[in-house]
Amino acid sequence: MAFYPKSMLTLVTEAVLENDLVELFNERKIRGWTIVAARGKGAHGEKRGNFDANENIQIELITDTASAEALAEEIMQRFGEHFALVQWLSEVRVLRGEKF
Amino acid sequence: MQIDPVVLFFLLGLAAGLAKSDLKLPSALYDTLSVFLLLAIGIKGGLALAKQPIMDVLPQAMLVLLMGAIIPLLLYPLLRIRLSQVDAASIAAHYGSTSVVTFAVCVAYLSRLNISYESQTTLFLVLLEMPALVVGVILSRLKGSAAGAAKQAGHGWGKLLHEVLLGKSVVLLIGGLLIGLIAGPQGIQPLDRMYLDLFKPVLTLFLLEMGLVVAGKFGILRQHGALVLAIGVGVPLALSWIGIGFGLMMGLSPGGVVLLATLAASASYIAAPAAMRMAVPQANPALSLGAALGVTFPFNLLVGIPVYHQFTMLFF
Repeated sequence: MAFYPKSMLTLVTEAVLENDLVELFNERKIRGWTIVAARGKGAHGEKRGNFDANENIQIELITDTASAEALAEEIMQRFGEHFALVQWLSEVRVLRGEKF
Repeated sequence: MQIDPVVLFFLLGLAAGLAKSDLKLPSALYDTLSVFLLLAIGIKGGLALAKQPIMDVLPQAMLVLLMGAIIPLLLYPLLRIRLSQVDAASIAAHYGSTSVVTFAVCVAYLSRLNISYESQTTLFLVLLEMPALVVGVILSRLKGSAAGAAKQAGHGWGKLLHEVLLGKSVVLLIGGLLIGLIAGPQGIQPLDRMYLDLFKPVLTLFLLEMGLVVAGKFGILRQHGALVLAIGVGVPLALSWIGIGFGLMMGLSPGGVVLLATLAASASYIAAPAAMRMAVPQANPALSLGAALGVTFPFNLLVGIPVYHQFTMLFF
């Protein structure tokens, strides 16, 4: 079976941004993503995940490298200054490359 | 002064949290309980409204909306003495909006003392959720810098109003209100056990969780100490008088006035943080949530409600 090289963008950010990010993904024609509730500690303090208002989310999506980089940049520009936000790209190999 | 049994559950959670016990309610349960409480309170209000002509309540409802808008406007200049524009606006909105659980504890307090109150106070609770958030957004945008940050994140007026008017607590409260109003007492009767009788037991579980959450917020107190403490205690004490003033103006019974004073003194920690995070991203959420949840919420539960009762009795 063939594995195709793609980029995976992972971001950890505040749950209040979920709707904005999903809207942005749709605008940019990203074809799929996975969102999970997250808790942990970072520059914006510890999120224990037991309280609505300060919950974090982690999002993963796979696309081609150029789109992933451009997307990460736009997210950084819009939300990086005032919101808790960490992003990283990983090179991944996927089955059924046409899905991404 | 005897502590209300429901408050003991809060103290248990607080003690367990401070002692770093591994006690933790699953966050899905917390979400479920809050949906239940909001719906149940809404339904109770709807049932009350079904019993009386809307026109009787309308003038009072207008006054309550006015109160919700006035509180942040009065608070903002005071907070500006020590705080930046964005933090002052955000905190003003938190205190103008209300805490549903504080209201529920006050209702439990009144019924334990056999003090009656007007049933439309639940409607007041629903009405007080929103106006302060709108005023808070406006205050935060008096100068261009704040608007810029929200705009940078793509949060224009449309999105902010959507968040304020369709946030989950507003939807559930108003939804419950409409369900109660449409179904009426007979229609709701099959659901009585769940939504009316179970209310207090569920509230105790919720308060247990709130104790744990508040214990987690004490770290913020160590960081911002005196200022957060002063806001968290001083603001509700002052605002309770506004509630009493409006309550007397509306001709409410003593129980109704105590409830309105408690509503005025309480601070939102569900609707306001989410709305303000979107509207004023550069405001420090630790500051507003630390004051509203870390100080004011336990203060109102343990000290505030009986004190507002004492204040009120000066006039009766």
